[in-house]
Amino acid sequence: MIDHIKLASSKSKGKRPYFHEDPAVERVLNITMAIAGELAVMRERMDTMERLLEKKGLVSQEEIDAYVPETKEEETQRQEWHSEYISRVLRIVQQEMEELENPDKSIADIANDIDKM
Amino acid sequence: MAKNLPPVWNKIAKHAMMPETNHDERARYNFLASLNKHLAHVSQGNKMAYEKRVEPAFKAKNGRNIASVEELQEAISKDSHYQIWSSLRRSTMEMRQQAGRSIVLRQAEELRDKAEGFNKGKSTLVLDPNCKVPEYLLAVDNHLMPGSYHTELIEGDVTPAANYDSGIFVTTAGLLGRYNDGGGKAITSWVKKTYPDFAPKRILDIGCGMGHNVLPIARAFPNAEVIAIDTGAPMLRYAHARALDLGVTNVTFMQMDAAKTIFENESFDWVQSTMFFHETGGKSIYKIMNEVYRLLKPGGLTLHIEQPQYTNDMTLFEKFIRDWDALNNSEPYWSKMHDIEPIDLMQASGFRKEDFMQIGAKAENDLDDGTQKAEEPEDHGRSPIWNVFGAIKN
Ligand SMILES: C[S@@+](CC[C@H](N)C(=O)[O-])C[C@H]1O[C@@H](n2cnc3c(N)ncnc32)[C@H](O)[C@@H]1O
Repeated sequence: MIDHIKLASSKSKGKRPYFHEDPAVERVLNITMAIAGELAVMRERMDTMERLLEKKGLVSQEEIDAYVPETKEEETQRQEWHSEYISRVLRIVQQEMEELENPDKSIADIANDIDKM
Repeated sequence: MAKNLPPVWNKIAKHAMMPETNHDERARYNFLASLNKHLAHVSQGNKMAYEKRVEPAFKAKNGRNIASVEELQEAISKDSHYQIWSSLRRSTMEMRQQAGRSIVLRQAEELRDKAEGFNKGKSTLVLDPNCKVPEYLLAVDNHLMPGSYHTELIEGDVTPAANYDSGIFVTTAGLLGRYNDGGGKAITSWVKKTYPDFAPKRILDIGCGMGHNVLPIARAFPNAEVIAIDTGAPMLRYAHARALDLGVTNVTFMQMDAAKTIFENESFDWVQSTMFFHETGGKSIYKIMNEVYRLLKPGGLTLHIEQPQYTNDMTLFEKFIRDWDALNNSEPYWSKMHDIEPIDLMQASGFRKEDFMQIGAKAENDLDDGTQKAEEPEDHGRSPIWNVFGAIKN
């Protein structure tokens, strides 16, 4: 059997062009676009589920669209989810800020420090 | 209503060879078709960035206008809009290949078996293990398709064609119709209208690929013997099985190099190619055209559907942006071929100047339900508006 997962992502012949000064930008953009794609795929699946639920008379799309949290607890749970999600996605920005606030030594320096401890 | 929506992928016609797709795989194709369409609109921003920023900055620095495509390339490559558009487009094309391959490779064996079911024992599929893949096809994977048209990952592989068939919808945003055959249909209609008495007995299609564009021709002339050749065995296996499933039985698919065929002099009434020459090479293109001339009967017709032609009155920017796909979507010969005038190419093979013809053709799209009627900016990559050139041999 062929390794279909690996082969599906094979490179084509010819040097890959990079358009930004720093290839890292290109790399991150490509990863981000792949995730954007998977989000669209997920959204389409949700759409299918909502429509099937409606067809079977279980939940209507209006009900879903009109839904708002009904208790304080539900409100908090939702907002907590958003907060945690955003923090997870923007982790690196937060860490860069922490570093700015609290300039750190490099781990190599710390190793030298520890060596003397 | 939103303008310019590409049709959903599941609108394209199903036939026995079309790979199975699950919900997420179809959704991925839908996403990529929309993304592709979006970028075709955003690419209008390149012109704006060029006119408003790149050109004025160059002028201020050098005291003169940009004088060549090379200078333009150098200057625009530092523009941030151009950079993000380019990397997004490149990434979309790579994702399209990944999405298609992830569908077909997981079912490579099933697809192979289906094709074998149709192909076994049929005299209308003639493979030749001694046929060499032209070196220009070995040098690059055209439009970023890993392994090109010939690579066989398993014995009897058909996945390159299955990938092409299921995914071309994405690159053209559905503009080629349910069977991806808008080009073949357009040329058939044109020939029927222009030459109502033309009754070809033998027709040759060179570089037929997965055969989608030769089928409308074969259907329009059911009594003709149609031969379709290609060097890629996976393409031919798939094309033959696909044609039989779609009920077309008057096409023989043969593995053969168009530059040196085995056919006799003056043995065809019509020699056709579709989106073929821009994926050949600088010497081969002449050899192939010589062969076309040799094979045509006197009074025979030859037509070649190609990418839009470059013209001298095009601005530097237009020339540059048209080459974008050639270089960054790996269609390298396309960037060279436009230096050859079709009329010169044909005259070099013996066709007469006064017999040369050139027309424009637009895909006949049976998927168009009105949602595509909005003003369409020209997509410099895969626009369904082509240049057709050809001649009658006299
Ligand atoms: C872009 S595809 C075009 C397929 C099809 N005609 C269409 O309408 O889309 C080009 C095809 O030409 C084939 N090809 C390239 N050079 C060839 C040659 N010298 N002889 C035969 N086939 C060739 C490739 O294998 C490939 O399948």
